[in-house]
Amino acid sequence: MKDILKKVTESQVWKSVFRHGYADETKNRMLQIRSNVFLHLHPFKMPRHAFKIRFTWCMGGVTFFLFLIEVITGLLLMFYYRPVTEYAYLDMKFLEFDVPFGIILRNIHRWGAHAMVATVMVHMLRVFLTGSYKPPREFNWVVGVILLVLTLLLSFTGYLLPWDQLAFWAITVGSNMARATPILGHEGPFAIVDKYNDVRFALLGGTDVGASALLRFYVLHIMLLPLVAIILMAVHFWRIRKDGGISRPL
Amino acid sequence: MNGLVKGINMEAAETKKEDKESATGKQDTEYVWPDLVFKEYLAVVAVTALMLLWALMVNAPLRELANPGLTENPAKAPWYFLGLQELLVYFDPWMAGVVLPSLIITGLIAVPYIDTNTKGVGEYALSLRKFAVYNYLFGFIMWWVLIVIGTFLRGPNWNFYWPWESWEIHKEVEQALVFQPAWGPAFLGIYFLAGFVVPWLTSRYLREKGFLRYSIIMLHLLIMYFVPVKIVLRLVFNVRYVWAAPWFNI
Repeated sequence: MKDILKKVTESQVWKSVFRHGYADETKNRMLQIRSNVFLHLHPFKMPRHAFKIRFTWCMGGVTFFLFLIEVITGLLLMFYYRPVTEYAYLDMKFLEFDVPFGIILRNIHRWGAHAMVATVMVHMLRVFLTGSYKPPREFNWVVGVILLVLTLLLSFTGYLLPWDQLAFWAITVGSNMARATPILGHEGPFAIVDKYNDVRFALLGGTDVGASALLRFYVLHIMLLPLVAIILMAVHFWRIRKDGGISRPL
Repeated sequence: MNGLVKGINMEAAETKKEDKESATGKQDTEYVWPDLVFKEYLAVVAVTALMLLWALMVNAPLRELANPGLTENPAKAPWYFLGLQELLVYFDPWMAGVVLPSLIITGLIAVPYIDTNTKGVGEYALSLRKFAVYNYLFGFIMWWVLIVIGTFLRGPNWNFYWPWESWEIHKEVEQALVFQPAWGPAFLGIYFLAGFVVPWLTSRYLREKGFLRYSIIMLHLLIMYFVPVKIVLRLVFNVRYVWAAPWFNI
């Protein structure tokens, strides 16, 4: 048995996948991080206070993980959902009553979105309270603020997709605000536009929440906003490392 | 394998330096593998379990099919926007829906550039940065308080209902509001003028930031604190607008 194990772990195939052993020695601890595409986000070493949950609250990491959950569940939901007014609501019912585990899939996606909005805000509070936006980390804070806005927009665009009364009226209330935009909304101060070419029209693709709004929100929700969010997340994580790592007292 | 080894050597050299600093007490660092990675793994397991449990116990809401002819009463935006919707009681839509949220975003983006205090990085040293922490927490808490009011305490016609009150109970129509009290415009003028000039004259801390930073800080802070001021004016003094201009009302 031992011989077989040894033969397997020393074979070319095995070694091409697993580059190093797991013995608890300094070199392996470094290789573990260095040779793993997911873990190489980390530095080899970090200040000890940054390991403590009472310092980080783990909120940035949890937000990222919730985003991954949203991507996976969202992708699976796309197999069952059609963003047209004739089918959107029926597809929700289909998910609830016919698709195996469909309701759980939708529940996780829905509650995960709510949770993500909350964890993003709490993460921001932690970063503020530890003064982690101060030089040289100013720009990463700005990226974070944009990511906060993107999270809200992602959640808001997803809110319309079930096409039920809750969704319809929530988006109606929300998008009505855009009417009042100064200069660019048709009911706002100093309006230079009418209801057929103001910002609300651009958002909804019409004067009311209808078929084109549903399609627009869908495309924003599943493609454009996640794409921008992913790019900015890459910048956000990269800049943590490049701006001196996790914040520490001077 | 060569590139990997080269990279390892470079980072290992850096780590060695950190080791040295660690040994001499300059820096207290620890290897990320396995301590931190293990904690991250635990967080992932915990969040997954929590989301699964949540999804199993509570179903995501799904009401009747969207019906543009049947207005929901109350029609509520998603919870994270209910603080802004709650402000519609006190402000016109161009303020509550556009100007105030825009100022939240610009104010947050400006934070690292207007906070010139370099103390309190990487630790919860709140007493070293009282001005920043006090004002941030004020806005953060107000944001959540308004969300709670909008989510749990508003019923049909956006009337105020305690959680134990039935929405069936008819609420008296609000008593008549003063459209614009005679002292309104003067009050508004004095609030912003005094609010801008007095801190400049009395606070060396704020003066030392320079006029541009000071202006950005005070613009955001005065408008932020105007929100509770307007709430009091409306609830206690029945004021609808402090200033009704031909172009917009405040």
